[in-house]
Amino acid sequence: MKSLVCLKQVPDTETQIKVNADGSGIVTDGIKYVINPYDEFSVEEALRLKEKFKAGEVVILSIGPDRCMEAIRTALAMGADRGVHVCDDAVNSADPFVMAQTLAAVASNQEFDIIFCGHRAIDDDFAETGAMLSELLKIPQITLVTKINVSADKKSVICERDIEGGKETVESPLPCVVTSQKGLNEPRYASLPGIMKAKKKPVEKKSLSDLGFSPETKLQAKNYSMPSARQAGKKYEGMEPQDAAKTVVQALRSEAKVI
Amino acid sequence: MANVLIYAEIKAGKIKKSAFELASEGRKLADKMGGELTAALIGPGLESFAPELAKFGVDTVYTVESPELEGYNSEYFAQALAHLISETKPEVVLMSHTMQGKDLAPRTAAKLGVGVMADCVSFSLDGSTLIGKRPMYAGKCFAEWSAASAPQIATARPNVLETAETPKAGTVSRMAFTVDTSRVTYTTKELNLDTSGKVDLTEAEIIVSGGRGMGGPDYTLLEEMSAIFGSRATVGASRAAVDAGWRKHSDQVGQTGKTVTPNLYIACGISGSIQHLAGMGSSKVIVAINKDTEAPIFTKADYGIVGDLFKVIPEFNKELKAILAE
Ligand SMILES: Cc1cc2nc3c(=O)[nH]c(=O)nc-3n(C[C@H](O)[C@H](O)[C@H](O)COP(=O)(O)OP(=O)(O)OC[C@H]3O[C@@H](n4cnc5c(N)ncnc54)[C@H](O)[C@@H]3O)c2cc1C
Ligand SMILES: Nc1ncnc2c1ncn2[C@@H]1O[C@H](COP(=O)(O)O)[C@@H](O)[C@H]1O
Repeated sequence: MKSLVCLKQVPDTETQIKVNADGSGIVTDGIKYVINPYDEFSVEEALRLKEKFKAGEVVILSIGPDRCMEAIRTALAMGADRGVHVCDDAVNSADPFVMAQTLAAVASNQEFDIIFCGHRAIDDDFAETGAMLSELLKIPQITLVTKINVSADKKSVICERDIEGGKETVESPLPCVVTSQKGLNEPRYASLPGIMKAKKKPVEKKSLSDLGFSPETKLQAKNYSMPSARQAGKKYEGMEPQDAAKTVVQALRSEAKVI
Repeated sequence: MANVLIYAEIKAGKIKKSAFELASEGRKLADKMGGELTAALIGPGLESFAPELAKFGVDTVYTVESPELEGYNSEYFAQALAHLISETKPEVVLMSHTMQGKDLAPRTAAKLGVGVMADCVSFSLDGSTLIGKRPMYAGKCFAEWSAASAPQIATARPNVLETAETPKAGTVSRMAFTVDTSRVTYTTKELNLDTSGKVDLTEAEIIVSGGRGMGGPDYTLLEEMSAIFGSRATVGASRAAVDAGWRKHSDQVGQTGKTVTPNLYIACGISGSIQHLAGMGSSKVIVAINKDTEAPIFTKADYGIVGDLFKVIPEFNKELKAILAE
């Protein structure tokens, strides 16, 4: 089973985001970066498929500045076989369509049985790249996947996916793009021997000229701002539960007017 | 003419409320741009929904029918929507950031070679350029996005845009379309829908959420509270509760769960970690019930009750029942 895992490096969820003085973006000093949590599910699932079929390869593909190498190495330490790092100022922080085009440029040069994306990157929160990539590759997309069962002949896959108010089971020919959702698996940690081995695993670095295309920006962002600060409201302490409950329920009706 | 097209999502034989939100917003944008508001209904036999859309300001309703469009399929629906967009050339396309919208919008956009401003919470116009304000980092900051290509496609977060009735003609126009079945796609084998008719977290107007303080998988108190509010409410959870196996993964609220914007969020036995607050911090009104007066959730809550949830919630439910019965 040959899997491609598209992996984005994102600020740790603990990060307090601050907007820079001119509102052109966020302050990046001191941010600790991690693998996008949904992409960790993808790495784990790809490793399990390789283990199940006792053959194949798990390839990590990441677009972004030099620091992304750390995320790729972490995935290699979990057990992935090799990495491709596209590092080019023209795409390092591109919009999802351009990201998808870049991912597609790498993916279409090699044959994969299945391509994994995260359902969403927890920095820009677009939740688009996987679907766009699959369309650009003209293969099926199965988004928000929580269960994957590849057929013995590796020609098709049955997936369970989240839909509004329930689950849908779909069957798709391979290759296809799946986007990982929470619930798919529990990602493993990198072991110490894994970390040692990862240092020797190959990571190919590519620029856009290697990929042979020049992207056209589709979306732009400006005027970054912070959410309006929430004030602590009224706090009822040391009251009988009944009185506190009554006070708040009445306030919800007459003051907040939400019930 | 600078028209606005909305995609109206149908679920279980009804138009989703989020489609009326799109229509109301689309109406305002179309008026400012001096164009028409049009709507897309994809699937057989949907023209009967046109009057409902007209009520919220839709001038023309396009229906795209084909036997393959009976049930939702990303590839076939994206083909149909991309076809309609290519034929009618709207300046702006609005969709909802629902489970289906998230699946459909990017595939449709990729067919047209354009981007999608996802999950916007408000819109404005700069000339004919649509500006979509959207939360990022699960709501830790916002930015204003615009598209550099046409049409300008955006998805709107459900439950945020206001609905307003402005009756229009809602003329129905049927669009002929043949699905290209040579494009490979998946087939649906089984649909397992929650029969309780529960709304999805991202679309609920009221969320009653429980964390580690629930002490175990028994969420009866919260289910009861949600039931008192009726079908507009649902039950959510913190990651601690999900990881403990008490609640389903799809119930998780937060940076690695769902980002929600209900009118009312009631956090019970939830401390208010940065990841949880990111996901629910833009709820209109927040109530916290927690026995620890120092819990960070109280710094964000409009109403906080310091106390044992097992004592407070039964009283809360009693009061709620009484007041809602009035
Ligand atoms: C990468 C990453 C991603 C994460 N993503 C998310 C996410 O998306 N969503 C999320 O929620 N968390 C997320 N977390 C976890 C987060 O850091 C916290 O661990 C989690 O939110 C804590 O859940 P909690 O508030 O239910 O539990 P706790 O922090 O343990 O709080 C329980 C609270 O219950 C109160 N309590 C206990 N008993 C009672 C009682 N009888 N009556 C009243 N109050 C009581 C306590 O005072 C306490 O404040 C993430 C963590 C990481 C590392
Ligand atoms: N810079 C990137 N490098 C590799 N994969 C990416 C990148 N950006 C997005 N992706 C993939 O697309 C998914 C969804 O991202 P997004 O559409 O930005 O929410 C991520 O989980 C990744 O799998």
